[in-house]
Amino acid sequence: MSNDHTSSKQKATSTDEFIKGLWRDNPVFVQVLGMCPVLAVSNTAENALAMGLATAFVLLMSNILVSLLRNFIPKQVRIASYILIIATFVTVTDYAIQAISVELYKSLGAFISLIVVNCLILSRAEAFASKNTVWKSILDALGMGIGFTFALFCLGAVREILGNGSIFDFALFPEGFQNWIVMILPAGGFFTLAAWLLIINVFQTRKIKS
Amino acid sequence: MNTESLGSIFLNAALVNNFVLAYFLGICPFLGVSGKIETASKMGGAVMFVMLISSMCAYGIHAFLVAINAPYLQLISFIVVIASTVQLVEMFIKKMSPSLFRSLGIFLPLITTNCAILGVALFQTNKGYEFLESVVYALGAGVGFTLALLLIAGLREQLNFADVPGISKGTALTLFIAGILSLCFMGFAGLGAQ
Repeated sequence: MSNDHTSSKQKATSTDEFIKGLWRDNPVFVQVLGMCPVLAVSNTAENALAMGLATAFVLLMSNILVSLLRNFIPKQVRIASYILIIATFVTVTDYAIQAISVELYKSLGAFISLIVVNCLILSRAEAFASKNTVWKSILDALGMGIGFTFALFCLGAVREILGNGSIFDFALFPEGFQNWIVMILPAGGFFTLAAWLLIINVFQTRKIKS
Repeated sequence: MNTESLGSIFLNAALVNNFVLAYFLGICPFLGVSGKIETASKMGGAVMFVMLISSMCAYGIHAFLVAINAPYLQLISFIVVIASTVQLVEMFIKKMSPSLFRSLGIFLPLITTNCAILGVALFQTNKGYEFLESVVYALGAGVGFTLALLLIAGLREQLNFADVPGISKGTALTLFIAGILSLCFMGFAGLGAQ
């Protein structure tokens, strides 16, 4: 599921673990994991940022706990245990967001609870945290979390600018700009992500050629 | 409490608010196993089955948790029920059809982390559906999921023979098609309005 080139080939340094999630193994753009929240709540930059941070928090906490418990969890029930750990932290996040901002809670809706089934978190627990020390898992979670938030923000910003003519509710265009309604609709999510993937593909093919 | 008829709940879940194309739930298997029509239809069947069972269980669990006044356990108990249902389906398929088991591969256990299934359980609870309404809702969602999966699988089978620019091969192209399909499904929006 994940392509950790570094950890398989040579002893990766701590910085590598952190950096890889930001760009080279970016969870959204490269690994295409955790798509559901990416597409669903990226209709405005604010929602996207909040969702990214919530996911990063759950990812960090579950990576720490899984890594701490990695020698105690029997192999046969490991997936079930990971999901339980993740569900616990998601419940915490769910209540925390509700306490911080009811408005935000309403606009994110059931998608906060759905962080539980974000394949990104489970795949990091299974592929990384269950095999590495706590310190490395923290770095990995931070890198992946920031990479995920960054990708969500890229999508959310584009969709809000084109679909709503604003960024963070701040109007960008003069009167008379025709909003691209399609961008805030579900279809816009698919199109924007596809466009980002195209741009990244162009860069990567160029890199391989040179 | 709500006056929706069973028929409109079904249509709503299957077409108007299609789980894949309008709510973006279950995108992972949608992108992963939609290469061939045959695998896609079997995957759809498995997901639909798990959805129905977990929706019924979720109704019972919700009632129980309300009774003992412990709503914070909702998410955790839902996910446990779904995980065990998936385990059951996995054992069943392995016994009945080993070839199907191999072709679904990693995506079978991954049904557990299919957001569409947890989504059904959560949405039906949020909407306050009765037992029968919940079952119909889950059935509609399952049909909608299978429909979207089949449509995209059919398109992708044809695309194998098409000459597309190199950079758009793979996920990007699938996402573009999904976007266009999603636009088409918006045409159903008029069906659900009261």
